[in-house]
Amino acid sequence: MKAPLVVAAVVTTVFALLPYFVPPYYIGLMIPFFGYAIALLGFNLLFGYTGLLSFGHAMFLGIGAYGAAVMTGLGVKSFELVLIAVILASAVIALPIGLLCVRYIGIFFGMLTLAFGMLFHSFLFKFYYVTGGDSGMRVARMNILGLEFAKYNKIEFLTGPFYYYCLGLLVIGALIMWRIVHSPFGLHLRTIRDNARKAEYLGVHVRHFRLAAFVISAAFGAVGGAILGFRVGLADPDLVYWTQSGQLVFMAVLGGFANFFGPIVGSLSYILLQDQLQSFTEYWRFALGAILATIVIAFPQGIAGLALQFKRLVAGRSA
Amino acid sequence: MSAFANILAGGVFHAAVLFLVAAGLQLVFGVQKIVNLACGSFYALGAYFGITFIGYAAQFGMSPWLILPGLIVSGVLLGFIGPPIERLLRTIYSRDESFQLLLTFALVLMFQDVFKFIWGANPRSLDSAYLVYGTIGAGDFSMPVYNLLVILAAIAIACGLGAFLQRTNYGRILRATAENRVMAEALGVDVRRIYSAVFTAGAVLGTTAGALVVPTSAASLDMAIEFVVEAFAVVVIGGLGSMRGALIGATIVGLIRALSIVFFPEFEVIAIYVIVIGVLIFRPAGLFGRTLA
Repeated sequence: MKAPLVVAAVVTTVFALLPYFVPPYYIGLMIPFFGYAIALLGFNLLFGYTGLLSFGHAMFLGIGAYGAAVMTGLGVKSFELVLIAVILASAVIALPIGLLCVRYIGIFFGMLTLAFGMLFHSFLFKFYYVTGGDSGMRVARMNILGLEFAKYNKIEFLTGPFYYYCLGLLVIGALIMWRIVHSPFGLHLRTIRDNARKAEYLGVHVRHFRLAAFVISAAFGAVGGAILGFRVGLADPDLVYWTQSGQLVFMAVLGGFANFFGPIVGSLSYILLQDQLQSFTEYWRFALGAILATIVIAFPQGIAGLALQFKRLVAGRSA
Repeated sequence: MSAFANILAGGVFHAAVLFLVAAGLQLVFGVQKIVNLACGSFYALGAYFGITFIGYAAQFGMSPWLILPGLIVSGVLLGFIGPPIERLLRTIYSRDESFQLLLTFALVLMFQDVFKFIWGANPRSLDSAYLVYGTIGAGDFSMPVYNLLVILAAIAIACGLGAFLQRTNYGRILRATAENRVMAEALGVDVRRIYSAVFTAGAVLGTTAGALVVPTSAASLDMAIEFVVEAFAVVVIGGLGSMRGALIGATIVGLIRALSIVFFPEFEVIAIYVIVIGVLIFRPAGLFGRTLA
């Protein structure tokens, strides 16, 4: 149990030192990584631990980003207030949706979440006078921890204070999620994933637990979305489109959803991979699709699974 | 009143195209238990290829009157992509549904760039060549004959598919395989060939639908990912795996879209999802689906 925490601490230190060694461009790229990683921590509670594949999870990213846009539009300057507000909003919205969705599993759960996601997308897209339609809503600059950092321009702010802030958020998010999945509650979720009927027989309220996982994952998604919205300065409906939900699933599978750190690895690999492919070829989607197909067919455990296999191989040799 | 008839006619045309794609989706899900996200990509592929095919055919002196059969031929020709893709999917039949969904999502991503590579990022269209068939009308009501022919073709395909599945021996074998794959295999059915054939048929339904729609609207990169959610809505409303469901679902979605575009433009897409969610809440298996165990 202790080894992963040591590794996590080392990795966190490396990330904290990163701005001293890596060009600002890559530091800027880490902001969406933090955003997606936090969202994926939540997504994986649902997918990896509870066994429910949501194909509409981008909705909660959207709630985070649009929530930030609405709050800054109202003159709220504090990012912490925005985070609290979007977490609450996301949980409140996820509650009724989850109530309906968790009655299903497998492909029906996926389709129902997809339908809700697209419902939200078409609301954002069509109600032009409320949401700005396809041009989206502006997310103004906010202060963090009450500090303005007024002498920094936007880029400096993002690659400086905001980088550390998001790193901190990811660490806190990961610690909370670690606590959740290693608690009796997390054990319940895994039991439900492996054998829902038996869990029910043992007195577990299967739907209550699924609903709780859904709401928690929605809250994490909103935090990720707020970070993404802050970085771009814009909340636009593309963030909520079903292909974006597919991208979240892609990241989780790329990293390996069976592992706690898989989603974080997946989000980092995806961001770097996409960035490199985009600079390399106009047809990066094809390459991403081919990689996804290869992972699904040949390496269903993802990068984290490969790493574990490699570790076992090395351990086996030395023994 | 005639304006209303025009709207309805537009809705029915849309429904006819939707039905073809949804029927392909249903066929594949019914037999192979795979939800194919790439059905929208097949549709877009049919559209792009249809434009190219008709362009070349016209250069070789094809009469403009042959545009409808020409497009159907181009759709059927694309069937050659079915077997290799099915071969790819074969690796994951025994896996979890989420992996199957993801593999078809990977296909969606790859197809997007294939279209961009071959046909470019700008929308392509077949300039109103379909008007060669003229229009029919009464008073203010008018409808291109081409649209009417497509609707008739879709109905013919629906009837043909139904008769094929219900009355022919091969159709019975298909349904038996859908019912119980292992038992069918034990009785000597070559399930691999069946799967390959079914997937190809599903793909051809999609490509043909795309080819048929292209004289009336442009082919664009967005059409694949936009259409697939609509086709999804159709099969959820109708019930996964049910042909009759695809027909009813397509009619509902086509008409609602047409009506809401005119009366409540804001609700154009929302109305569809509201119905989808309503159906899933009150009839989880869809209007014509079987209740799941």
